[in-house]
This record gives sequence, C-alpha cells and structure tokens, in this order.
Amino acid sequence: MEYLSTIFQEVYRILFLLVPVLVSVAMIVWLDRRVWAFVQKRQGPNVVGPFGLLQSLADALKYIFKEIIIPASSNKVIFVLAPIITMTLALIAWAVIPFGENQVLANINVGILYIFAVSSLGVYGIIMGGWASNSKYPFLGAIRSAAQMVSYEVSIGIIIINVLLCVGSLNLSDIVLAQQEMWFVIPLFPMFVIFFISSLAETNRPPFDLPEAEAELVAGYQTEYSGMMYAMFWLGEYANILLMCALGSILFLGGWLSPIDLYPFNLVPGAAWLIFKILFLFILFALVKATVPRYRYDQLMRLGWKIFLPLSLIYVVLTASYLFYFNLLPTT
Amino acid sequence: MIAHAIFFYVFSLIAIVSAIMVTVSKNTVHSVFFLILDFISISCLFIMIGAEFLGMIMLIVYVGAVAVLFLFVVMMLNVAQQKNQWLLSEASSGHIPVGLVISALIFFELIIVIGGWKYKPDLFNSNNLDVFNTVSNTHSLGQVLYTDYIHVFQVSGMILLIAMIGAIVLTFRQREGVKKQSYIKQISRERSEGVEVLDIPSNQGVKIDD
Repeated sequence: MEYLSTIFQEVYRILFLLVPVLVSVAMIVWLDRRVWAFVQKRQGPNVVGPFGLLQSLADALKYIFKEIIIPASSNKVIFVLAPIITMTLALIAWAVIPFGENQVLANINVGILYIFAVSSLGVYGIIMGGWASNSKYPFLGAIRSAAQMVSYEVSIGIIIINVLLCVGSLNLSDIVLAQQEMWFVIPLFPMFVIFFISSLAETNRPPFDLPEAEAELVAGYQTEYSGMMYAMFWLGEYANILLMCALGSILFLGGWLSPIDLYPFNLVPGAAWLIFKILFLFILFALVKATVPRYRYDQLMRLGWKIFLPLSLIYVVLTASYLFYFNLLPTT
Repeated sequence: MIAHAIFFYVFSLIAIVSAIMVTVSKNTVHSVFFLILDFISISCLFIMIGAEFLGMIMLIVYVGAVAVLFLFVVMMLNVAQQKNQWLLSEASSGHIPVGLVISALIFFELIIVIGGWKYKPDLFNSNNLDVFNTVSNTHSLGQVLYTDYIHVFQVSGMILLIAMIGAIVLTFRQREGVKKQSYIKQISRERSEGVEVLDIPSNQGVKIDD
C-alpha cells in the first residue's frame, strides 16, 4: 500500500508539471505567430477565441482528425518511433527545471548534465524520422540537422562550463542560488549572447532552420509525416524551444530570483519570475525569426566551429584565471 | 531493495540483448540503433551504482556525439549491402581467425578481472579512498582525476589531440579548380566596387563587354 501511495503521489506531481508545460507549449505557438505577424504588420491568428488564443487548440483538433499516412517503402517501426522520441525527450527534460527553492520534481546532483544529455539525444528523433521516411528530402534534412546539432552542442557545453566554474556545482538549484549577488548575465555577457545564438541553432529556429528549410527541402525531415505524427514533431520542437529558454534563464538570468531584492518585488512568487524570464527569451526568439534571413550551410558551420568554439574556450580560460587569481573559486 | 534488483536485471537484460542484436541484425542502421540502446542501458546501470556523473557523460559523449557520427557514416555509405555481400563472399573466411584471436583476448581479460575481483577483493576495491563516501560522485572524480592521475589524464588528452590532427592530415587535400567563397571579401565589398552609374546616350545603347 505504501508503494502505491508513493506512486500515486509521484504521478500527481508529474501531471502537475506536464499539463502546464503542454498547455504553455500550445499558447507559445500562438504567441510566436502573433509576434511574427506584429513585426510584419499583419494581424496573425485572431479569430478563434479571444485574441485568437484558442487557435492552437483548433489546429490540434484538425491534426487529430487527419489521416496518418505511413509511406509504403518506409521503415515502419522507426518511422512511428521518431515523433514519439522527439516528444518524449522534449518533455522529460522538464523534470529537473527548478521553479523555486525546493519546487522541483527531481532535484538531482547532475541536473545540468541531465538536460544537456537529453537535449543531445533530441537529434535522434529527427535523424530517425529522416532516414525511415526513405525519401530524398527528409534524408537531406536529417543529415543537415545531425551535423548542425552536434556542432552547436560543443559550444553550448563549453558555455555551460563557464557558468559551472562560477558555481562549483552541477545542481540547477545551486546554479540559481549562486546568482543571488549578481546574475551571471553581467560578468558572462558574451557567453550569454553565444548561448542564445547556439540555442537558436540547437532548436532549428530561423535563421538556422536549414534542416526544415521549406523553400529548398520542402520542410526537411517532416515531409512524409502527416496528422498527429506531424503535430508531435511540432509540439516537441516548441517544447524544446521553451526548454532552451528556461535553461538560458536559469544559467544566466537568475532563474526564479527576482531582479531586485526589495519589498514589492519580493511578493511575486519565484515561479512567476521564471515564467516571465522564459517569455522574455521566447519573444527574443520570435523577433529573431521575424527579422533575420536564413544562413547558408557553410556559414553555419563556420560560425559554430571557427568563431563560437574558440571564443567560448578563450572565455573559459579567462574566467578560470580571473577566479583563480582573485581567489574567488567556489568551494564545496 | 527488491525494486533495485528488478531495475538492475531489466537494464542488464536490455543491455545484453541489444548487444547481441548489434552483431546479429541484418540492417546496419538497425545495428547502430541497438548500439545506442545498449549505451543508454549501460548508463542507466552506471547511475544505479551511484556513478551519476559517469552515466551522464556516457550519454552525452557516446549517445549524443559518437553514435550520431556512426549513424551518419552508416546511412551515407550504404554499408548494409556491402556487409551482406562481404559475409557471403569468399573474402570473409580469411578474417575469421583474426576475429577469433581478438575475441579470445577479450575473454581472457574478462576472466582476469572477474577472477581477481572474486579471489582478492582488495585489489579492485575503491572504498578505502575516503573521499568516496563524503562528497558527491562528481567531486570525488574531480579530486582524484586532477591530483593523483593528472599525468595519465594529460597524456590521454594528448593522444586524443594527436588522433584528431592525424585524421585531419589524412583526409585533408588541396583540390585544384575549386571556387572558394571568401567571407571577408564578401562582407567588405563597397557599393562603389559593385555598382557603376553610367550616362548612356539615347538611341545608341552601350556595349557590356567593354
């Protein structure tokens, strides 16, 4: 009986996290389209519900009722597995995101490594979908995305090392608590910029959306997918974008901490601050999508390997020597 | 404790079965996917014995980077057909003795390690290092890796660097007649170099080739 009640408690806690994440993914798609339309002087989705807020729900309903087509020459098991893997990986990473002090589903010691591992697994959903479709465009898209995600993960890893040098722990709550004096965005501002651009590339957002470039690859690895399976790719992608925004706000913008530790700001709960920061980063993502043209592939690789990687390595050396010289290295 | 045992056996079973499937499955891409499953279940086993850092690094390095490159190469080269043809052809028979020798060596090494662990537990016991029980797995790894084993650590880093340079040297070749786009040149172009405004007399036109 004791086991059962523990299991029910855990399931309840997981649902309490997952349902808001899924709802906010749907809302964030609406926000993305509205911001995009706003920049281009259009209206955007504004018909379904107040301000068009229910547009994503209507889209989801449409996807559910559409037929799922599985190509005859595809590798069926892997073809079906690919969107499931994308969606699952995008959701399980949320388990370690802290929404406040002790408000976290799994407070594990190596939280940041866990997120990094899960996001590096994300490439498999795309590569499996591209290969199993047994078609030229998806395959090209999958190969592009594999190379792109592996390249940009390297620089994200080194940026994370920068932050970890200042924290001395791999736990996400410790990373937030280490920023009580000063958010890391101030001393590590160049790293924040590189992290932001790398996370655009990591989540296949414009201007780095080469894997799904609709003009040249007819949507890349998603070409053969339809109905709910396509919607799962799409939801997984947006959940990943939200996750990268959450990671950015935890690493650099002080997570759940309020910007000023004074009276009226203290009353706002920590989770609200975190959500506010995630939304801020997401609106930046949407603005970038609306304003920047797509990169050429060789420029993308050059930016990742020849500019971001050396820059972040140099910054690791700088941070480490600064901390060592002024005896600021964190002790356990 | 019983839940621990159940998880251990489930993960080991998946690891062993997928390791067998890597060698047995006909499609090479499926082999790589089983290899990935194997890596994941091994990293779960690492996490179960408390080596959380090793487990996560295993996921990041092997599953997130190495296996992606494997998959990349296997998909691009279409190795599946070649493998089947090679297994059926005459050429394969010469390599079987070499393979047997290597697998015998690996088996011998396993016997040494397991036998030593069984009959002389002190030899492989790491519990006498007191750092292990007081701080987290990551800290204890860092404490031995960067103090006692710093030379081994640096030498292995050097070996990896040399391997990387070697791979680049082997594959790098200067090709003739390839047009390269110079990034600096492209962005440093001025309007005055690219555009010329001409006064053209009407009804006479202009010769473009001049």
